[in-house]
Order: sequence, then structure tokens, then C-alpha cells
Amino acid sequence: MATAGEVLRRNVPESFELSEKELHVLAVDDSIIDRKVIEKLLKISCCKVTAVESGTRALQYLGLDGEKKSSVGFDGMKVNLIITDYSMPGMTGYELLKKIKESSAFREVPVVIMSSENILTRIDRCLEEGAEEFIVKPVKLSDVNRLKNFMMGGERKEKGVKKVQKRPLQVDYNNSSSAPSPLPQLSPSFACNLASLHSSPSSSPSSPLPRCASKRPRLHSMD
Amino acid sequence: MDRNQLRRQVAHMRSSLIEQHYLDQQQFVQLEDLEDDSNPNFVEEIVTLFYKDSSRLFQKIDQALHSVPMDFAKLDDYMHQFKGSSSSIGAIKVKNECTQFKEFCLAGNAEGCFRAFQRVKHEHEALKRQLETYFQVPLDTFFLSGQLYAVFD
Repeated sequence: MATAGEVLRRNVPESFELSEKELHVLAVDDSIIDRKVIEKLLKISCCKVTAVESGTRALQYLGLDGEKKSSVGFDGMKVNLIITDYSMPGMTGYELLKKIKESSAFREVPVVIMSSENILTRIDRCLEEGAEEFIVKPVKLSDVNRLKNFMMGGERKEKGVKKVQKRPLQVDYNNSSSAPSPLPQLSPSFACNLASLHSSPSSSPSSPLPRCASKRPRLHSMD
Repeated sequence: MDRNQLRRQVAHMRSSLIEQHYLDQQQFVQLEDLEDDSNPNFVEEIVTLFYKDSSRLFQKIDQALHSVPMDFAKLDDYMHQFKGSSSSIGAIKVKNECTQFKEFCLAGNAEGCFRAFQRVKHEHEALKRQLETYFQVPLDTFFLSGQLYAVFD
């Protein structure tokens, strides 16, 4: 399925890849509706999209499924971002994330987790495993714009890269319903971030969320 | 009727759907904003896909509801999938009924699940009628590259 463009790209040095305008995103979601929507959101943002229905398919696509791997240097399937649903039958997004981070070929590729549920333990686990961000569904165009800006501008700035974290306003501890309450012991920059989220009413899709300058602090220990 | 009249009618109907909370403004309008010349019927395609997918899930839920003993975990799982899709197209009322259903699953309340499922189906059907009027086409047909197809299940 390689196009002429892809074949030519194989011989192009890494630095040329970076200046290419079109970013390639691998989207993973078992829901056909969500796949269509995320695909559209990404295409509208001028990203090339490959959408697959499961973690297993994603690993197959990346050549990480244990089958004979493509030879070193083959980058016809270069992926700039992997965005995956969390709850999927078979392999969850978390398990997929782990496998990607365990691989030498793809551990540097940013992975974003999407979920319809904003459960703090879940978010924590994913971020700790190396997820770039955790997005609560439904995904908006502003989320995709933010990711794209991050990929274009931030990816090659080294560690210490500005991490953009989308934080939910309500927290769910292990599914128990609790009234939204302020989170304890926030760092000042993070507290400002939350405060501004609270104060601005639901903004138009095009306005981005404010960015955190520092890595999100560990808020409390989870059991 | 001329284009402007049609446009006004569409806008009016959309507002009404949103006011009555059939549809979530931000989500549905965002989907419509994604339509362009290359894909002018995107929302209609998505909605058609939604109804096709939901009839598949409803069958599974129905089967699971009638199985003995009732598998609440499975029911919760199916409904979770359906709730996700509803949320993605901005179907608020449907989504809220899904939440109710899931609560009955969590509580292991069989009777509650039956009733809640009726409500889910009711809202699902009500929205379908509204959207069929909105799109002026029955939702068991769909557009693909400008061609009208019928879906036979």
C-alpha cells in the first residue's frame, strides 16, 4: 500500500521528516462512530489519519505484534501521535500504551488516551505510564488543535517539554460519586490553571485551554 | 422552497432540537461545523451509522436482559458502548437514560434495568423521528459520496 511518496520518504533523513507539514496520527477506538469523528477532526486539522478498531490492530500496524518486524530504517509507517480510547475489549488503551512505551521503535511517539470517564486513578495510571495527555470524551476540535500545536512545536524540544494536561473539573475516586471538591495541595501554577478553567464559561470550540508550564504534581497517594 | 427559506427552516429546527435537549449544542454543532464541500453530509452519515450501530447493541442488550441469570456486567458494558456513541453525536436525553440504566446495573436491579431500557429505546426513537425530519431522509438510508443507499439489516 506504499505510495510513491512513502517510498521516497524512506530514504529521506530524519530532519526532513520533521519539516513535513502533514502529521500522521494513528487513532485507536472500538466505536465506529468515535473513529469516524476523530478521523474527521484530525483530517480537518490537516493530519494524515490511520484509524483502527483495536489495540491488537494498532500493534499489527506498528509492527509490534511479534510478527517479523520491518527492517531498521523503514519509516513508511512513521507515526507522529497515537491517540487511543481507554476502554476497549481485548486490549485496553492502557495496555496498548504500555506496549508502545516498552518498544524501542515507538516509545518516543506521544500517546494520548481518551475516555468517556474522568476517573482520577485511571488518569494517574496513564500519565505515569507515559501518556502525553488524557482527554475526556467527547473529543473537541480544540483538543485536536492543541495536540497538533504540541506535535508541531513541542515534540522535538527535548525533555522538559511543556506538557499540556487537560484536567477534569470533577474527580471520581474509584467510581464513587462524590461532590466536586477542590483538590488538595496544588502547586500555584496548576491552581491558576484550574481556577481559570472554572471561571471561563464553556468557551467556543476554537479557544484553547491555558497551558500548564510544569509537569502535573502528584496530588495524593492513591490506594 | 428556496434556499434561504430552507436554511432558515433548518436553523430553526436545530435550535428547537437543542432547546428541547434532544441534542447537545456544542457537540452537535461542532459536528456540523466539520462538514465541508468534500463531505457535506458528514453529520447525516454519522447519525445513520449511529442508528445502525445502536440496533446491533440493542439486540445484544435485549438478549442479555432475557438471559438467566442476568449478566449485569455485560449489560453495563454494552450500555457503556452505546452511551459513548450517544455522547459523541450529542444525544443528551438518550445519554442520560443510559446513565440511569447503568446505575441499575451497578445496583443489580433487574426490574430497574428493564424499565430503564424501555426509556432508552423511547428516547432513541424520539430522537430518530426528529433527526429524520431534520435531515429530510429516513435514517435507514445513507449518503456515500453523494449517492443515496438504503441499508437492509
